[in-house]
Amino acid sequence: MRKTRVRIALLSDLHANLEALDACLRHAKQQSIGRFAILGDLIGYGADPVSVIERVGDLVAGGAIALKGNHDEALSRPDASLTPEALAVIDWTRVRLSSEHLAFIAALPLMVREHDACFVHASADAPHEWRYVSDDAAAARSIEAADAVWCVVGHVHDQMLYYQGAGRRLMAFTPSSGTPVPVGRHRRWLAVAGSVGQPRDGNTAAAYAVLDTTAASLTFFRVPYDHASAAAKIRAAGLPERFALRLEGH
Amino acid sequence: MDTRLSPGSTLDGFTIGECVHDGGMGFIYRVTGPQADFPMMMKVPRIGQGQPVEGIVGFEMEAMLLERIRSAHVPRFVAAGDLSQTPYLVTEWIEGQLLEGLVRHAPLPVEQLVAIGAAIGDALDSLHQQDAIHLDIKPDNILIRPDGRAVLIDFGLSHHARLPDLLAEEMRRAVGSAPYISPEQVLGVRNDPRSDIFALGVTLYELATAELPFGSPQSVSGLRDRLWLEPRPPRAIRPDLPAWLQEIILRAIEPVAARRYPSAAQLAYDLRHPEQVVLTDRADRQGRAGVFTHLKRWLRAAGREGEVMAGAPARQLEQAPIVIAAVDVAHLDDDLQLALQAAVRRVIEHAAGARLTALTVIKPTAAFDGESLDKTASGIHLEHLVRLRHWAEPMNLPPERLSVHVLEASDKARALIEYAQANHASLIVIGAAHYSEPVLGLGRSVTTAVVEQASCSVYVVKGSAAVLAAQD
Repeated sequence: MRKTRVRIALLSDLHANLEALDACLRHAKQQSIGRFAILGDLIGYGADPVSVIERVGDLVAGGAIALKGNHDEALSRPDASLTPEALAVIDWTRVRLSSEHLAFIAALPLMVREHDACFVHASADAPHEWRYVSDDAAAARSIEAADAVWCVVGHVHDQMLYYQGAGRRLMAFTPSSGTPVPVGRHRRWLAVAGSVGQPRDGNTAAAYAVLDTTAASLTFFRVPYDHASAAAKIRAAGLPERFALRLEGH
Repeated sequence: MDTRLSPGSTLDGFTIGECVHDGGMGFIYRVTGPQADFPMMMKVPRIGQGQPVEGIVGFEMEAMLLERIRSAHVPRFVAAGDLSQTPYLVTEWIEGQLLEGLVRHAPLPVEQLVAIGAAIGDALDSLHQQDAIHLDIKPDNILIRPDGRAVLIDFGLSHHARLPDLLAEEMRRAVGSAPYISPEQVLGVRNDPRSDIFALGVTLYELATAELPFGSPQSVSGLRDRLWLEPRPPRAIRPDLPAWLQEIILRAIEPVAARRYPSAAQLAYDLRHPEQVVLTDRADRQGRAGVFTHLKRWLRAAGREGEVMAGAPARQLEQAPIVIAAVDVAHLDDDLQLALQAAVRRVIEHAAGARLTALTVIKPTAAFDGESLDKTASGIHLEHLVRLRHWAEPMNLPPERLSVHVLEASDKARALIEYAQANHASLIVIGAAHYSEPVLGLGRSVTTAVVEQASCSVYVVKGSAAVLAAQD
C-alpha cells in the first residue's frame, strides 16, 4: 500500500497579525502542505483580529485543525495572568468581533490528537492552565501526557525542539530555518512551533514549521514579512506602543 | 535481537552480499541495488539488551549526518531504513587504504606524511564548511583513496550544528578515542571544529614519530593531562624531521583551541607551503617545558571547566577564510593597486582568523639567461616577492597570517584559479582591469576568466580612475 504523504503546516500565536499570517500561508503554498494546524492565540496584541479569524475560518472549512489559546479564551473569560496592556487589546478586539466570530472562537478545542501527533497551545498535561513549555522538565511533562510521537505546542514564542538523546534528560535544540530535522518515530519529540504574529527573539521574521509525518521530518521556517505595516496598524489603532515595537524587533 | 542478514537475501531492494565486518556495534555487508552505479555497503547495528546506547544512537547520528553532507571526502548516502523497524544504512563503498594500516609503517617519510596530512586537512575543511564536526578523527576512521584523497568514515560520535545532537547529554562524560580526543572534548564540549584539528595533529605526530603525544590514557584524570601537559617535541624523537613540520604539528595540538589553526584549510596550506611556515618557539623546542611552566599551565587548565566555544563550524570558518589578493606588482602605485589594498583590508579586518596570500603571476623566465642577478629567474622572483611584501605591509598582519607567492605561468587566469582551488581559498580579490591583456584565443581579460571559472567567490575591485571615468 502506498502511503500518502502528509505535510502539516504548524502555525501558532498569530496574534491578529494579518501580514505575517499571509506571508506564512504564501510560503506554505510552496511546501506542498496537505493540512494546516493553527495552534491558538489567533488574536491579541495585533490590529487585524477580524481578518485573521476569517482566514482561519476558511482554513478550518478546508479541513484545518484550529485550537484555542489563552488570548482567545480571554475574550469570554477574564484572565488575570495577562498584563493590563494585553487585556486592553482583548477589550479593543472584543467590540470589533461579530457574534459569529465569538462563537467560532468559543467552539475551538484545546487539544487535538491525529497522525501520531498531539497539537496543543500550551502544555499537554494541563491544556487549560496555559503553562509555558519553556524548559526540559516542562517538555517532559507535556510529552508524557501527549502520548504521541510528536507533541506540537505554541504559547512560548521561540522555536525549539525538545528530544530524548542518549542520556536521561530531555535536550533542547534551537533549530535553524529551512533545515529539515529527522524526527523518527522511535523517539518522542516536542516542537515549539514559534510565533507567526509576534516573534520575540529580535528577528522580525514570522515563525512557523512543517511536520512531514510520512518522512518523519520537521522543518522550522522563518518568513520575512512586511512588519512595518503591521506595526503601523497597531499604532494607528491606538494600541500599546510596546506591541508595535515588538514587531520591529525590539 | 539478531539483526544478522544472510548473503543473497534482499532488504528494501538491496541484495545482501558478503559480510565484511562483524563487530561489537554491528555488521557491514557489501550490497548491490538498482539505486546507484557505484559500489555500496550496508551497516546494520546490533540492537537489544546489553548493547551500549552509544551504539544505536551513534548509528542514528551517522545516518542523519551522512544524508546531509555532500562531499568527495565522505561516503555518499544512499538509503536508511526506519529505525523502529529495520535499521540499516546504505552508503557508497570506498576503495582505499585505511590509514591505520600505514601507522604500522610509521615513522613515515616526510613527503608521504605531508601529502596525507594535507589530504585529511582538505577532507576536514569540506566537512566543517557544511557545519559538521567529526569528533573521532583517528587513523582507524580515515581512508586514503588510490588517488591520494582522504575519505572520513564512522560518524557515530559526530556533531552537526543544524541538527539535534543526540549524543550531547551522554557526552558530558568524555567519549571518544583516548589518544586523539581534544582537551575540550574531555571537558564535554562538542561544537568546536578545532577539536578535529587537534585529532589530526595527534595523527600527524603518530605518523611522524610512531609515538602518541599523550599516550593512551585509560582514566579521566589521564585524559585531563592533555589540558596542560606539553608533549615531547617530535624532533626529540626523530631529529631528521624539519623544524617547520614540528611547528605545524605542535600548533595543531595546542591545548587551547584558539592557539591552534583556525581552520583545517589553513593547516593544509602550511603543509603544502613549508617555506611559508612561520617558525615560533614551537619549532625549536628540544624537550618538554620545565616544572614551573607546567605548573602554570596546570593551574590555567584547572579553570577551563564550562568554557563556551564560539559559534557553528561554518560561522567559525567565516572568521578564518583564506583570501588571495591578485596583485600586479609592476604597477604598485597606480590607483587600482591602492583600491585593491583598501578592499583587502576591509575583508581582513572583519575576520580575526583570515589568512592572506598576496599573489602575482609572471611569465615563465628561463633560468640562467640573465647576466646580472636582477635579470636571472631567481633574481626576478625575489624582486617580485619583495614588492608583494611591501604591498601587504599596511595590512599589519602577523607573519603566520600572511604569505606571498610568485607563480610563473603563461596562462595567468588558469594559474590563479588552480592555486585558489588547490588551497581551498574562500575569496579572490582582483582588480577589474588587472592583467588586462587578453587570454590567448579568448579575447577576454584575466579578471573575466577568473570570475567565470574560479570555484570560490571573486571580489572585483575598480580603481578610482575607473569610477571617475564612469561619472563623466
